[in-house]
Amino acid sequence: MSDTFLRRLYFVAVAIFLAAPLVVVAGVSVNEKQDLAFPPIGFSLSWYAQIFLDPEWRRALIASVVLAITSAALAVAIALPLAWFLWRRIAPWANVFQLLGVAPFILPPVITALGFLTFWATTGFYGQPWTAVISHAIFFVTLPLVTLSLGFASIDRSLVEAAATMGADDRKVLRTVVLPLILPYLVSGYAFAFVLSLNEYIVAYMTVGFTMETLPIKIFNALRYGYTPTMASVSVFFVAIAALVFGLIARFGDIRRLLGAMSSDAN
Amino acid sequence: MRREAPKSIADYTPLFFPGLMLVVFFVVPFSTMIAVSFFKRDPAAFYTPDFVFENYARFLSTFFGGVLGFSLGLAVLVAVCCVAIAFPFTYLLTRSPRAVQTIWLVCLLSVLSLSEVIIGFAWSTLFSRTAGITNLFVWLGLMQEPIALLPGFGAVLTGMVYQALPYTILVLYPALVRLDPTLLEAARTLGASPIRAFFNVVTPALRNTIVATLIMVFVFALGSYLLPQILGRPQHWTLSVLITDQAIYQSNTPFAAAMAVFLVLISLGLVGLTLLIGRREAAA
Repeated sequence: MSDTFLRRLYFVAVAIFLAAPLVVVAGVSVNEKQDLAFPPIGFSLSWYAQIFLDPEWRRALIASVVLAITSAALAVAIALPLAWFLWRRIAPWANVFQLLGVAPFILPPVITALGFLTFWATTGFYGQPWTAVISHAIFFVTLPLVTLSLGFASIDRSLVEAAATMGADDRKVLRTVVLPLILPYLVSGYAFAFVLSLNEYIVAYMTVGFTMETLPIKIFNALRYGYTPTMASVSVFFVAIAALVFGLIARFGDIRRLLGAMSSDAN
Repeated sequence: MRREAPKSIADYTPLFFPGLMLVVFFVVPFSTMIAVSFFKRDPAAFYTPDFVFENYARFLSTFFGGVLGFSLGLAVLVAVCCVAIAFPFTYLLTRSPRAVQTIWLVCLLSVLSLSEVIIGFAWSTLFSRTAGITNLFVWLGLMQEPIALLPGFGAVLTGMVYQALPYTILVLYPALVRLDPTLLEAARTLGASPIRAFFNVVTPALRNTIVATLIMVFVFALGSYLLPQILGRPQHWTLSVLITDQAIYQSNTPFAAAMAVFLVLISLGLVGLTLLIGRREAAA
């Protein structure tokens, strides 16, 4: 049928557009010598080894991973009590905090970055590694906040009611009923924040750019001061991590629901 | 458990930590930035406290007007291209089997989460003379010899469409996936071809969604801070690039802050407009 054919053609065209730059980067990353040729000349995985062996790239990798792990954890720690409160209580004015949690993500990132730059410079902490953790946590708090709100909305309130009737207090209900039910949403929220923090450039650059190099900052500096195929191998590595994390979310959770496929999740 | 209003101060304790963090590390920095936009530049340090309007007065220059006009025009172009590609695509995607949808969503999220640095690097490689797409054209016999396709406006536009396309699809996805299927069935029963049904039934039914998405993508594209710098020439720099440049390389934080405040006002105005459109759609 021509309809199906046209549809396939369209899908393939979009797929090629999305994949093309990544294919070229993957090709460049396996060059044998230090040049950015495509198709690659020779084949070598040494540029992948470079990420872990070269002290500078390794330092950047560790800095990025530590930043992503800690800032995502802090983002979840901020989002969880807030989402729980908004679900448990009727307090319309508390929605202000939800708005504050979503704002950094909707505004152009440069603005949040500049806000942090002026703030840390004024308070005298500019350049301290932990300032990047807090900055990223605030910048990405939207993600766990949205996934957790979806999670709470999906809880059948009669379950909680039953537990309360049986004599469980708030704390016990939270631990034995609510937390197990929202765990998948908590994990997805953490994973989203983790992957985005790993890739984030401008906020990290404006807070700790002069004292510490994360991987995106390192790639950007390499872009300005001398190309190496390691940039390509790191990029492929990042795509692989993102695909792996989102693949796991899709495998163990319902990614369609997280992205708004069901109407019940909208409040 | 029923939702109930907080009865005592103790009931508010869960709000304490998130509220504190958001106020101290978002509201205060934001206000600091607004304050700094009225400060005086100090080349030795970041700035000196003052209350001057000279940072805003610089907006009146033709240079700034040019950058602003270019930024807005580019963002409009990116939004139109993205929605034109993404709307039919998302529609077809929501009509595909669930497994296909899931795979696409994973891929789209992976591309969306890519650092702008990586997107810029990838496209600068694809458009380069040595490793670029023109080598493929030469191999196919379409061109005489490989050429560099950057820096240039086309490269900036392509890179930004690439960056915003997954975002556009994911913004459109909920609205399209929830579209009432009987609407289309009725059109088909009355004899409309699938393509005609798409243009005459689906598109008008989602007119407000399309407008809201255009605005969302426009704001998203306004935020692009690296691609114009990596893929374009200085005349292709946008407001976001200029803010970064002033803040970091020219060390003129007050002027950067003034431009950022201006960008916030544009973005907030447009996001507000989107919400208004959304409300009208809900009411209709």
